[in-house]
Amino acid sequence: MNIIVPIKQVPDLVEGLEIDDSGKDLNREWMKFKLNEFDDHALEEALILKEETGATVTAIALDSDDVDKALFTAAAKGADTIIKVTGVSGTGLSSHEAAKALANVIGGMSYDLVMTGVQAIDDRDGQLAVLLAHYLDKPHVSVVTSVTVAGDQAVISKEYGGGLVAEFEGTFPMVLGIQAARQSPRYVPVAKVRQIMRSASIEEVAAGDVGVSSGSDITKYFTPVSGGGAEMIGGSAEDQAAKIVELLKSKGIK
Amino acid sequence: MSNQVFVITEHINGQFDDSSFEMLAMGREVASATGGELVAVLMGHNQKDLASQLGAADKVIYADHESLANFNPQAHAKAASAIVAANMPRVVLTAYSSQGMEMGPAISVSQNMPLLAYVSGISVSGGSLTVVSQLYGGKMNVESQTSAGHCVMSVLPGAASADAGRKDGAPAIDDFAVDLGGLTIKFKQLIEPDKSDVDITQQPILVSVGRGIQNSDNLPMVEELAAKLGGAVSCSRPIVDSKWMPKTRQVGKSGLKVKPKLYLALGISGAPEHIEGMKDAELIIAVNSDPKAPIFDFAHYGVEGDLFDIIPALTGKL
Repeated sequence: MNIIVPIKQVPDLVEGLEIDDSGKDLNREWMKFKLNEFDDHALEEALILKEETGATVTAIALDSDDVDKALFTAAAKGADTIIKVTGVSGTGLSSHEAAKALANVIGGMSYDLVMTGVQAIDDRDGQLAVLLAHYLDKPHVSVVTSVTVAGDQAVISKEYGGGLVAEFEGTFPMVLGIQAARQSPRYVPVAKVRQIMRSASIEEVAAGDVGVSSGSDITKYFTPVSGGGAEMIGGSAEDQAAKIVELLKSKGIK
Repeated sequence: MSNQVFVITEHINGQFDDSSFEMLAMGREVASATGGELVAVLMGHNQKDLASQLGAADKVIYADHESLANFNPQAHAKAASAIVAANMPRVVLTAYSSQGMEMGPAISVSQNMPLLAYVSGISVSGGSLTVVSQLYGGKMNVESQTSAGHCVMSVLPGAASADAGRKDGAPAIDDFAVDLGGLTIKFKQLIEPDKSDVDITQQPILVSVGRGIQNSDNLPMVEELAAKLGGAVSCSRPIVDSKWMPKTRQVGKSGLKVKPKLYLALGISGAPEHIEGMKDAELIIAVNSDPKAPIFDFAHYGVEGDLFDIIPALTGKL
Protein backbone atom coordinates (compact mmCIF):
# COMPACT_ATOMS: atom_id res chain seq x y z
CA MET A 1 0.00 0.00 0.00
CA ASN A 2 1.23 3.50 -0.88
CA ILE A 3 0.27 6.48 1.21
CA ILE A 4 1.03 10.03 0.11
CA VAL A 5 1.00 12.75 2.75
CA PRO A 6 0.92 16.38 1.52
CA ILE A 7 2.32 18.65 4.22
CA LYS A 8 2.81 22.39 4.49
CA GLN A 9 4.38 25.03 6.66
CA VAL A 10 2.17 27.72 8.20
CA PRO A 11 3.04 30.89 10.14
CA ASP A 12 3.75 30.20 13.80
CA LEU A 13 1.05 32.16 15.62
CA VAL A 14 3.15 32.35 18.77
CA GLU A 15 5.20 35.00 16.97
CA GLY A 16 2.26 37.32 16.26
CA LEU A 17 1.19 38.53 12.81
CA GLU A 18 1.87 41.82 11.14
CA ILE A 19 0.14 43.30 8.09
CA ASP A 20 2.52 44.52 5.38
CA ASP A 21 2.59 47.98 3.78
CA SER A 22 0.23 47.00 0.96
CA GLY A 23 -2.42 46.10 3.55
CA LYS A 24 -3.22 43.05 1.41
CA ASP A 25 -0.79 40.53 2.81
CA LEU A 26 1.10 39.59 5.94
CA ASN A 27 4.60 40.82 6.48
CA ARG A 28 6.43 37.58 5.83
CA GLU A 29 10.00 38.87 6.18
CA TRP A 30 10.59 37.81 9.77
CA MET A 31 7.83 35.26 9.90
CA LYS A 32 8.58 31.98 11.64
CA PHE A 33 7.00 28.85 10.24
CA LYS A 34 5.93 25.55 11.66
CA LEU A 35 4.34 22.42 10.25
CA ASN A 36 0.54 22.68 10.00
CA GLU A 37 -0.50 20.75 13.11
CA PHE A 38 -3.15 18.75 11.23
CA ASP A 39 -0.56 17.68 8.65
CA ASP A 40 1.49 16.38 11.57
CA HIS A 41 -1.53 14.27 12.56
CA ALA A 42 -1.95 13.07 8.94
CA LEU A 43 1.69 11.99 8.86
CA GLU A 44 1.31 10.26 12.23
CA GLU A 45 -1.75 8.29 11.09
CA ALA A 46 0.14 7.30 7.89
CA LEU A 47 3.13 6.13 9.96
CA ILE A 48 0.83 4.09 12.21
CA LEU A 49 -0.63 2.44 9.08
CA LYS A 50 2.93 1.79 7.87
CA GLU A 51 3.68 -0.01 11.13
CA GLU A 52 0.45 -2.01 10.86
CA THR A 53 0.54 -2.94 7.18
CA GLY A 54 4.05 -2.30 5.84
CA ALA A 55 2.76 0.55 3.67
CA THR A 56 5.21 2.99 2.14
CA VAL A 57 4.80 6.61 3.13
CA THR A 58 5.71 9.55 0.89
CA ALA A 59 5.67 13.07 2.31
CA ILE A 60 5.21 15.76 -0.33
CA ALA A 61 5.32 19.54 -0.04
CA LEU A 62 5.27 22.55 -2.32
CA ASP A 63 8.49 24.51 -2.37
CA SER A 64 8.17 27.20 0.31
CA ASP A 65 9.94 28.81 3.24
CA ASP A 66 11.53 26.29 5.59
CA VAL A 67 10.02 23.35 3.70
CA ASP A 68 13.24 21.27 3.56
CA LYS A 69 13.26 21.11 7.34
CA ALA A 70 9.66 19.89 7.39
CA LEU A 71 10.42 17.19 4.78
CA PHE A 72 13.58 15.98 6.53
CA THR A 73 11.64 15.86 9.82
CA ALA A 74 9.04 13.68 8.10
CA ALA A 75 11.83 11.39 6.88
CA ALA A 76 13.32 11.23 10.38
CA LYS A 77 9.92 10.17 11.69
CA GLY A 78 9.70 7.35 9.16
CA ALA A 79 8.55 8.63 5.75
CA ASP A 80 10.20 6.49 3.06
CA THR A 81 10.35 9.16 0.37
CA ILE A 82 10.27 12.95 0.55
CA ILE A 83 9.30 15.07 -2.45
CA LYS A 84 9.46 18.79 -3.04
CA VAL A 85 7.25 20.20 -5.78
CA THR A 86 9.14 22.98 -7.56
CA GLY A 87 8.07 25.76 -9.89
CA VAL A 88 5.51 27.20 -7.48
CA SER A 89 5.95 29.12 -4.27
CA GLY A 90 3.89 27.47 -1.58
CA THR A 91 4.16 30.51 0.70
CA GLY A 92 0.99 32.54 0.35
CA LEU A 93 -0.32 30.36 -2.49
CA SER A 94 -4.09 29.89 -2.78
CA SER A 95 -5.54 26.51 -1.79
CA HIS A 96 -6.82 25.97 -5.33
CA GLU A 97 -3.37 26.49 -6.85
CA ALA A 98 -1.72 24.35 -4.16
CA ALA A 99 -4.25 21.55 -4.70
CA LYS A 100 -3.82 21.64 -8.49
CA ALA A 101 -0.01 21.66 -8.29
CA LEU A 102 -0.10 18.69 -5.91
CA ALA A 103 -2.67 16.91 -8.09
CA ASN A 104 -0.39 17.32 -11.13
CA VAL A 105 2.39 15.47 -9.33
CA ILE A 106 0.36 12.95 -7.28
CA GLY A 107 -1.76 12.09 -10.34
CA GLY A 108 1.36 10.59 -11.94
CA MET A 109 2.20 8.48 -8.89
CA SER A 110 0.86 5.15 -7.70
CA TYR A 111 -1.16 5.53 -4.49
CA ASP A 112 -3.92 4.02 -2.39
CA LEU A 113 -4.44 6.79 0.12
CA VAL A 114 -3.66 10.48 0.15
CA MET A 115 -3.80 11.78 3.72
CA THR A 116 -3.41 15.44 4.59
CA GLY A 117 -4.47 17.77 7.41
CA VAL A 118 -8.17 18.58 7.62
CA GLN A 119 -7.45 22.32 7.50
CA ALA A 120 -4.83 24.99 7.97
CA ILE A 121 -5.02 28.44 9.56
CA ASP A 122 -4.47 30.16 6.22
CA ASP A 123 -6.77 28.35 3.78
CA ARG A 124 -8.72 31.40 2.67
CA ASP A 125 -10.15 29.66 -0.39
CA GLY A 126 -10.96 26.30 1.13
CA GLN A 127 -9.34 23.29 2.73
CA LEU A 128 -6.84 21.31 0.68
CA ALA A 129 -8.03 17.70 1.10
CA VAL A 130 -11.35 17.93 -0.74
CA LEU A 131 -10.04 20.34 -3.41
CA LEU A 132 -7.19 17.92 -4.08
CA ALA A 133 -9.60 14.97 -4.22
CA HIS A 134 -11.64 16.70 -6.91
CA TYR A 135 -8.61 17.71 -8.99
CA LEU A 136 -7.54 14.05 -8.76
CA ASP A 137 -11.15 12.97 -9.41
CA LYS A 138 -11.06 10.64 -6.38
CA PRO A 139 -13.52 10.20 -3.51
CA HIS A 140 -12.84 11.85 -0.18
CA VAL A 141 -13.64 11.74 3.50
CA SER A 142 -12.60 14.64 5.71
CA VAL A 143 -12.54 15.37 9.46
CA VAL A 144 -11.15 11.86 9.93
CA THR A 145 -10.06 10.56 13.33
CA SER A 146 -9.12 6.97 12.51
CA VAL A 147 -8.32 4.76 9.52
CA THR A 148 -8.36 0.95 9.65
CA VAL A 149 -7.13 -0.85 6.54
CA ALA A 150 -8.29 -4.28 5.34
CA GLY A 151 -7.22 -5.34 1.83
CA ASP A 152 -8.05 -2.63 -0.70
CA GLN A 153 -10.53 -1.00 1.65
CA ALA A 154 -10.47 1.10 4.78
CA VAL A 155 -12.94 1.81 7.56
CA ILE A 156 -12.83 5.51 8.29
CA SER A 157 -14.17 7.42 11.30
CA LYS A 158 -15.41 10.92 10.59
CA GLU A 159 -16.21 13.32 13.37
CA TYR A 160 -19.33 15.48 13.69
CA GLY A 161 -20.09 17.99 16.44
CA GLY A 162 -20.94 16.93 19.97
CA GLY A 163 -18.72 13.87 19.86
CA LEU A 164 -20.87 12.03 17.30
CA VAL A 165 -18.84 9.88 14.89
CA ALA A 166 -19.83 8.37 11.53
CA GLU A 167 -18.13 5.28 10.16
CA PHE A 168 -17.61 4.80 6.42
CA GLU A 169 -16.15 2.02 4.34
CA GLY A 170 -14.19 3.13 1.30
CA THR A 171 -12.36 1.43 -1.54
CA PHE A 172 -8.91 2.71 -2.54
CA PRO A 173 -7.83 5.10 -3.87
CA MET A 174 -9.20 7.97 -1.85
CA VAL A 175 -8.22 11.24 -0.25
CA LEU A 176 -8.60 11.77 3.50
CA GLY A 177 -8.55 15.00 5.51
CA ILE A 178 -7.16 14.06 8.91
CA GLN A 179 -8.46 15.80 12.03
CA ALA A 180 -6.47 13.73 14.52
CA ALA A 181 -4.31 10.62 14.43
CA ARG A 182 -5.10 7.74 16.77
CA GLN A 183 -2.17 8.82 18.91
CA SER A 184 -0.39 12.08 19.55
CA PRO A 185 2.14 12.84 16.75
CA ARG A 186 5.55 11.36 17.54
CA TYR A 187 8.43 13.56 18.50
CA VAL A 188 11.76 13.36 16.74
CA PRO A 189 14.95 14.79 18.23
CA VAL A 190 16.81 17.44 16.21
CA ALA A 191 19.92 15.23 16.20
CA LYS A 192 18.00 12.58 14.28
CA VAL A 193 16.76 15.14 11.75
CA ARG A 194 20.35 16.32 11.24
CA GLN A 195 21.47 12.75 10.76
CA ILE A 196 18.78 12.07 8.14
CA MET A 197 19.73 15.27 6.31
CA ARG A 198 23.09 13.64 5.62
CA SER A 199 21.70 10.30 4.44
CA ALA A 200 18.33 11.08 2.80
CA SER A 201 17.71 13.34 -0.14
CA ILE A 202 14.71 15.34 -1.27
CA GLU A 203 13.37 14.35 -4.66
CA GLU A 204 12.37 17.39 -6.72
CA VAL A 205 9.45 17.26 -9.16
CA ALA A 206 8.13 20.15 -11.26
CA ALA A 207 4.56 21.31 -10.61
CA GLY A 208 3.76 21.62 -14.32
CA ASP A 209 0.89 23.78 -15.54
CA VAL A 210 -1.25 24.88 -12.58
CA GLY A 211 -3.70 27.02 -14.55
CA VAL A 212 -6.30 27.59 -11.81
CA SER A 213 -6.82 30.41 -9.34
CA SER A 214 -8.79 31.11 -6.18
CA GLY A 215 -11.15 33.24 -8.31
CA SER A 216 -11.09 36.05 -5.76
CA ASP A 217 -8.83 38.96 -4.87
CA ILE A 218 -7.73 39.98 -1.40
CA THR A 219 -8.77 43.58 -0.81
CA LYS A 220 -7.45 43.96 2.72
CA TYR A 221 -6.16 42.33 5.87
CA PHE A 222 -7.38 43.71 9.17
CA THR A 223 -7.14 42.66 12.77
CA PRO A 224 -10.46 41.66 14.34
CA VAL A 225 -12.23 44.34 16.35
CA SER A 226 -12.87 42.91 19.76
CA GLY A 227 -16.44 42.24 20.79
CA GLY A 228 -16.11 44.37 23.95
CA GLY A 229 -13.01 42.87 25.40
CA ALA A 230 -11.99 41.62 28.77
CA GLU A 231 -11.29 43.81 31.76
CA MET A 232 -7.64 43.00 32.40
CA ILE A 233 -6.44 42.08 35.86
CA GLY A 234 -2.88 43.28 36.45
CA GLY A 235 -0.22 42.86 39.09
CA SER A 236 1.92 39.93 40.18
CA ALA A 237 0.62 36.37 39.93
CA GLU A 238 -0.27 36.52 43.63
CA ASP A 239 -2.16 39.81 43.14
CA GLN A 240 -3.95 38.45 40.10
CA ALA A 241 -4.95 35.27 41.96
CA ALA A 242 -6.24 37.34 44.89
CA LYS A 243 -8.30 39.49 42.54
CA ILE A 244 -9.79 36.42 40.83
CA VAL A 245 -10.82 34.99 44.23
CA GLU A 246 -12.39 38.34 45.15
CA LEU A 247 -14.23 38.39 41.85
CA LEU A 248 -15.56 34.85 42.34
CA LYS A 249 -16.76 35.77 45.84
CA SER A 250 -18.49 38.91 44.57
CA LYS A 251 -20.33 36.81 41.95
CA GLY A 252 -21.35 34.27 44.58
CA ILE A 253 -19.32 31.51 42.93
CA LYS A 254 -16.91 30.90 45.80
CA MET B 1 -25.98 32.30 -14.07
CA SER B 2 -29.08 32.97 -12.00
CA ASN B 3 -29.43 35.52 -9.24
CA GLN B 4 -30.33 32.86 -6.69
CA VAL B 5 -28.75 32.32 -3.28
CA PHE B 6 -28.45 28.65 -2.37
CA VAL B 7 -28.13 27.31 1.15
CA ILE B 8 -26.90 23.72 1.39
CA THR B 9 -28.68 22.50 4.54
CA GLU B 10 -27.41 19.74 6.84
CA HIS B 11 -29.18 17.29 9.08
CA ILE B 12 -28.25 14.31 11.23
CA ASN B 13 -30.73 11.93 12.83
CA GLY B 14 -33.58 13.97 11.36
CA GLN B 15 -32.43 17.21 13.03
CA PHE B 16 -31.16 20.26 11.19
CA ASP B 17 -27.94 21.71 12.47
CA ASP B 18 -28.22 25.33 13.69
CA SER B 19 -25.79 26.28 10.94
CA SER B 20 -28.51 25.61 8.35
CA PHE B 21 -30.77 28.24 9.95
CA GLU B 22 -27.88 30.66 10.37
CA MET B 23 -27.10 30.33 6.66
CA LEU B 24 -30.77 30.90 5.79
CA ALA B 25 -30.68 34.14 7.82
CA MET B 26 -27.44 35.22 6.14
CA GLY B 27 -28.68 34.07 2.73
CA ARG B 28 -31.85 36.13 3.13
CA GLU B 29 -29.79 39.30 3.61
CA VAL B 30 -27.70 38.54 0.55
CA ALA B 31 -30.79 37.65 -1.51
CA SER B 32 -32.48 40.93 -0.49
CA ALA B 33 -29.42 42.87 -1.61
CA THR B 34 -29.14 41.07 -4.94
CA GLY B 35 -32.87 40.84 -5.57
CA GLY B 36 -32.52 37.08 -5.95
CA GLU B 37 -34.45 34.09 -4.70
CA LEU B 38 -33.37 32.23 -1.52
CA VAL B 39 -33.28 28.49 -2.16
CA ALA B 40 -32.70 25.81 0.48
CA VAL B 41 -31.12 22.61 -0.80
CA LEU B 42 -32.27 19.53 1.09
CA MET B 43 -30.83 16.06 0.50
CA GLY B 44 -32.06 12.85 2.10
CA HIS B 45 -34.13 9.74 1.69
CA ASN B 46 -37.83 9.76 2.59
CA GLN B 47 -37.14 13.01 4.43
CA LYS B 48 -39.09 15.48 2.34
CA ASP B 49 -41.10 16.44 5.44
CA LEU B 50 -38.00 18.19 6.83
CA ALA B 51 -38.71 20.94 4.27
CA SER B 52 -41.52 22.16 6.54
CA GLN B 53 -38.83 23.66 8.81
CA LEU B 54 -37.26 25.62 5.96
CA GLY B 55 -39.92 28.32 5.74
CA ALA B 56 -37.27 31.05 5.65
CA ALA B 57 -36.48 30.04 2.07
CA ASP B 58 -38.51 30.99 -1.01
CA LYS B 59 -38.13 27.48 -2.35
CA VAL B 60 -36.69 24.11 -1.42
CA ILE B 61 -34.88 21.85 -3.88
CA TYR B 62 -35.16 18.31 -2.58
CA ALA B 63 -33.00 15.42 -3.79
CA ASP B 64 -34.08 11.96 -2.65
CA HIS B 65 -31.84 8.91 -2.97
CA GLU B 66 -31.13 5.94 -0.73
CA SER B 67 -27.45 6.92 -0.67
CA LEU B 68 -28.47 10.27 0.80
CA ALA B 69 -30.29 8.71 3.79
CA ASN B 70 -27.25 9.36 5.97
CA PHE B 71 -24.58 11.90 5.11
CA ASN B 72 -22.07 10.37 2.68
CA PRO B 73 -19.17 12.62 1.59
CA GLN B 74 -19.09 11.18 -1.93
CA ALA B 75 -22.85 11.02 -2.48
CA HIS B 76 -23.63 14.42 -0.98
CA ALA B 77 -20.73 16.12 -2.82
CA LYS B 78 -22.01 14.67 -6.12
CA ALA B 79 -25.65 15.54 -5.46
CA ALA B 80 -24.90 19.09 -4.24
CA SER B 81 -22.68 19.71 -7.28
CA ALA B 82 -25.37 18.42 -9.65
CA ILE B 83 -28.03 20.65 -8.07
CA VAL B 84 -25.76 23.69 -8.32
CA ALA B 85 -24.81 22.81 -11.92
CA ALA B 86 -28.47 22.69 -12.94
CA ASN B 87 -29.17 26.18 -11.59
CA MET B 88 -25.85 28.08 -11.44
CA PRO B 89 -26.84 30.31 -8.53
CA ARG B 90 -24.91 33.47 -7.77
CA VAL B 91 -24.08 32.47 -4.20
CA VAL B 92 -23.85 29.03 -2.60
CA LEU B 93 -23.60 28.91 1.18
CA THR B 94 -22.21 25.77 2.81
CA ALA B 95 -21.46 25.42 6.51
CA TYR B 96 -17.95 25.35 7.88
CA SER B 97 -18.75 21.99 9.39
CA SER B 98 -17.86 18.35 8.99
CA GLN B 99 -20.50 17.97 6.27
CA GLY B 100 -20.06 21.35 4.60
CA MET B 101 -16.31 20.89 4.25
CA GLU B 102 -16.95 17.91 1.96
CA MET B 103 -19.35 19.82 -0.29
CA GLY B 104 -18.03 23.40 -0.70
CA PRO B 105 -14.73 22.45 -2.36
CA ALA B 106 -16.49 19.81 -4.48
CA ILE B 107 -18.89 22.42 -5.88
CA SER B 108 -16.04 24.89 -6.37
CA VAL B 109 -13.89 22.53 -8.46
CA SER B 110 -16.68 20.81 -10.38
CA GLN B 111 -18.47 24.06 -11.29
CA ASN B 112 -15.36 26.23 -11.56
CA MET B 113 -16.74 28.63 -8.95
CA PRO B 114 -14.50 30.56 -6.53
CA LEU B 115 -14.61 29.38 -2.93
CA LEU B 116 -14.09 31.40 0.21
CA ALA B 117 -13.70 29.73 3.60
CA TYR B 118 -14.16 30.70 7.27
CA VAL B 119 -16.69 33.35 6.17
CA SER B 120 -18.05 35.63 8.90
CA GLY B 121 -19.67 38.31 6.76
CA ILE B 122 -20.88 39.02 3.22
CA SER B 123 -21.79 42.38 1.74
CA VAL B 124 -23.18 43.10 -1.68
CA SER B 125 -22.49 46.27 -3.59
CA GLY B 126 -23.51 46.52 -7.21
CA GLY B 127 -22.19 43.53 -9.07
CA SER B 128 -19.56 42.52 -6.57
CA LEU B 129 -19.52 40.51 -3.38
CA THR B 130 -17.23 41.47 -0.53
CA VAL B 131 -16.54 38.64 1.86
CA VAL B 132 -14.73 38.57 5.20
CA SER B 133 -12.90 35.41 6.26
CA GLN B 134 -11.55 34.83 9.77
CA LEU B 135 -8.12 33.30 9.32
CA TYR B 136 -5.14 32.43 11.48
CA GLY B 137 -7.19 30.98 14.32
CA GLY B 138 -9.31 34.14 14.58
CA LYS B 139 -6.26 36.43 14.79
CA MET B 140 -6.62 38.01 11.35
CA ASN B 141 -9.52 38.97 9.12
CA VAL B 142 -9.11 38.94 5.36
CA GLU B 143 -11.51 40.71 3.03
CA SER B 144 -11.88 39.31 -0.49
CA GLN B 145 -13.79 40.28 -3.58
CA THR B 146 -14.89 37.89 -6.23
CA SER B 147 -14.61 38.92 -9.80
CA ALA B 148 -16.39 35.88 -11.22
CA GLY B 149 -19.80 37.15 -10.09
CA HIS B 150 -20.63 33.89 -8.39
CA CYS B 151 -19.08 32.18 -5.40
CA VAL B 152 -19.27 29.27 -2.97
CA MET B 153 -18.75 30.12 0.68
CA SER B 154 -18.04 28.12 3.77
CA VAL B 155 -19.79 30.03 6.55
CA LEU B 156 -18.54 30.07 10.14
CA PRO B 157 -21.00 29.03 12.84
CA GLY B 158 -22.50 32.03 14.59
CA ALA B 159 -22.04 34.35 11.56
CA ALA B 160 -25.79 35.05 11.67
CA SER B 161 -28.66 34.38 14.06
CA ALA B 162 -30.16 30.90 13.80
CA ASP B 163 -33.46 32.19 15.19
CA ALA B 164 -33.71 34.66 12.32
CA GLY B 165 -33.53 31.76 9.86
CA ARG B 166 -35.83 29.38 11.74
CA LYS B 167 -39.30 29.62 10.26
CA ASP B 168 -41.88 26.90 9.85
CA GLY B 169 -44.19 26.56 6.90
CA ALA B 170 -43.33 24.60 3.81
CA PRO B 171 -42.24 26.65 0.82
CA ALA B 172 -42.66 25.28 -2.69
CA ILE B 173 -40.63 22.10 -3.17
CA ASP B 174 -38.89 21.20 -6.43
CA ASP B 175 -37.88 17.56 -6.62
CA PHE B 176 -34.46 16.96 -8.11
CA ALA B 177 -33.62 13.56 -9.58
CA VAL B 178 -30.02 12.66 -8.86
CA ASP B 179 -27.92 9.87 -10.33
CA LEU B 180 -25.58 8.40 -7.74
CA GLY B 181 -24.21 5.27 -9.40
CA GLY B 182 -20.73 3.90 -8.78
CA LEU B 183 -20.20 5.12 -5.23
CA THR B 184 -17.04 3.69 -3.64
CA ILE B 185 -17.68 5.11 -0.18
CA LYS B 186 -20.43 3.53 1.91
CA PHE B 187 -21.99 4.79 5.13
CA LYS B 188 -21.78 2.14 7.85
CA GLN B 189 -23.02 3.57 11.13
CA LEU B 190 -23.29 6.48 13.52
CA ILE B 191 -21.53 6.04 16.84
CA GLU B 192 -23.02 8.04 19.71
CA PRO B 193 -20.62 9.74 22.16
CA ASP B 194 -19.58 8.04 25.39
CA LYS B 195 -22.05 8.94 28.16
CA SER B 196 -20.14 7.42 31.09
CA ASP B 197 -17.85 10.40 31.73
CA VAL B 198 -18.71 13.67 33.48
CA ASP B 199 -21.22 15.63 31.40
CA ILE B 200 -19.49 19.00 31.05
CA THR B 201 -22.65 20.59 29.66
CA GLN B 202 -24.24 20.14 33.10
CA GLN B 203 -21.33 21.47 35.18
CA PRO B 204 -21.76 24.96 36.69
CA ILE B 205 -18.02 25.49 36.97
CA LEU B 206 -15.53 24.55 34.28
CA VAL B 207 -11.78 24.94 34.45
CA SER B 208 -10.76 24.58 30.83
CA VAL B 209 -7.25 24.01 29.54
CA GLY B 210 -5.68 24.59 26.14
CA ARG B 211 -2.37 24.27 24.41
CA GLY B 212 -0.75 26.57 26.99
CA ILE B 213 -0.69 23.70 29.49
CA GLN B 214 2.22 22.36 27.40
CA ASN B 215 2.09 18.71 28.43
CA SER B 216 -0.08 16.19 30.22
CA ASP B 217 2.16 16.22 33.32
CA ASN B 218 0.72 19.64 34.09
CA LEU B 219 -2.89 18.41 34.20
CA PRO B 220 -2.92 17.35 37.88
CA MET B 221 -2.45 20.95 39.04
CA VAL B 222 -5.46 21.93 36.94
CA GLU B 223 -7.51 19.10 38.42
CA GLU B 224 -6.53 20.27 41.89
CA LEU B 225 -7.70 23.80 41.07
CA ALA B 226 -10.98 22.49 39.64
CA ALA B 227 -11.54 20.41 42.77
CA LYS B 228 -10.99 23.48 44.98
CA LEU B 229 -13.53 25.39 42.89
CA GLY B 230 -15.98 22.49 42.95
CA GLY B 231 -15.91 22.20 39.17
CA ALA B 232 -14.78 19.89 36.41
CA VAL B 233 -11.92 20.09 33.94
CA SER B 234 -12.70 20.64 30.28
CA CYS B 235 -10.40 21.47 27.38
CA SER B 236 -9.90 22.75 23.86
CA ARG B 237 -9.39 20.56 20.81
CA PRO B 238 -5.57 20.26 20.74
CA ILE B 239 -5.68 18.62 24.18
CA VAL B 240 -8.04 15.92 22.89
CA ASP B 241 -6.11 15.48 19.64
CA SER B 242 -2.99 14.92 21.76
CA LYS B 243 -4.95 12.24 23.71
CA TRP B 244 -4.33 14.01 27.04
CA MET B 245 -8.05 14.20 27.80
CA PRO B 246 -11.06 12.30 26.47
CA LYS B 247 -13.34 13.64 23.75
CA THR B 248 -16.14 13.96 26.32
CA ARG B 249 -14.30 16.94 27.86
CA GLN B 250 -13.86 18.93 24.65
CA VAL B 251 -15.52 22.32 24.35
CA GLY B 252 -16.12 23.80 20.90
CA LYS B 253 -17.16 23.11 17.35
CA SER B 254 -16.36 19.42 17.20
CA GLY B 255 -16.90 19.02 20.95
CA LEU B 256 -19.68 20.26 23.20
CA LYS B 257 -21.37 23.61 23.73
CA VAL B 258 -21.32 24.67 27.39
CA LYS B 259 -22.97 27.47 29.38
CA PRO B 260 -21.51 27.26 32.89
CA LYS B 261 -21.71 29.95 35.59
CA LEU B 262 -17.91 30.14 35.47
CA TYR B 263 -15.63 29.28 32.57
CA LEU B 264 -11.99 29.64 33.57
CA ALA B 265 -9.95 29.37 30.35
CA LEU B 266 -6.32 28.50 31.01
CA GLY B 267 -3.90 28.78 28.09
CA ILE B 268 -6.67 28.74 25.47
CA SER B 269 -6.00 31.17 22.61
CA GLY B 270 -9.65 31.35 21.52
CA ALA B 271 -9.89 30.11 17.94
CA PRO B 272 -13.40 30.61 16.48
CA GLU B 273 -14.05 26.86 16.79
CA HIS B 274 -13.54 27.07 20.55
CA ILE B 275 -15.41 30.36 21.08
CA GLU B 276 -18.46 28.76 19.45
CA GLY B 277 -18.65 26.29 22.31
CA MET B 278 -18.27 28.62 25.34
CA LYS B 279 -19.19 32.19 24.43
CA ASP B 280 -22.49 32.00 26.32
CA ALA B 281 -20.92 31.18 29.70
CA GLU B 282 -22.11 33.58 32.42
CA LEU B 283 -18.63 34.53 33.58
CA ILE B 284 -15.54 33.95 31.47
CA ILE B 285 -12.11 34.51 32.98
CA ALA B 286 -9.17 33.89 30.66
CA VAL B 287 -5.54 33.41 31.59
CA ASN B 288 -3.04 33.57 28.73
CA SER B 289 0.57 34.63 28.25
CA ASP B 290 -0.23 36.22 24.88
CA PRO B 291 -1.89 39.65 25.34
CA LYS B 292 -3.20 39.41 21.77
CA ALA B 293 -4.94 36.06 22.28
CA PRO B 294 -8.47 36.33 20.78
CA ILE B 295 -9.91 34.76 23.96
CA PHE B 296 -9.48 38.18 25.64
CA ASP B 297 -12.04 39.62 23.22
CA PHE B 298 -14.67 37.24 24.50
CA ALA B 299 -13.73 36.91 28.17
CA HIS B 300 -15.23 39.20 30.79
CA TYR B 301 -11.97 39.29 32.71
CA GLY B 302 -8.48 38.63 31.46
CA VAL B 303 -5.21 37.79 33.13
CA GLU B 304 -2.03 38.12 31.11
CA GLY B 305 0.49 35.91 32.77
CA ASP B 306 2.19 32.57 33.19
CA LEU B 307 -0.21 29.70 33.90
CA PHE B 308 2.36 27.97 36.02
CA ASP B 309 2.52 30.96 38.39
CA ILE B 310 -1.18 31.74 38.43
CA ILE B 311 -2.62 28.22 38.82
CA PRO B 312 -0.74 27.43 42.07
CA ALA B 313 -1.32 30.97 43.39
CA LEU B 314 -5.04 30.65 42.79
CA THR B 315 -5.26 27.12 44.21
CA GLY B 316 -3.43 28.34 47.30
CA LYS B 317 -5.99 31.07 47.93
CA LEU B 318 -9.11 28.93 47.60
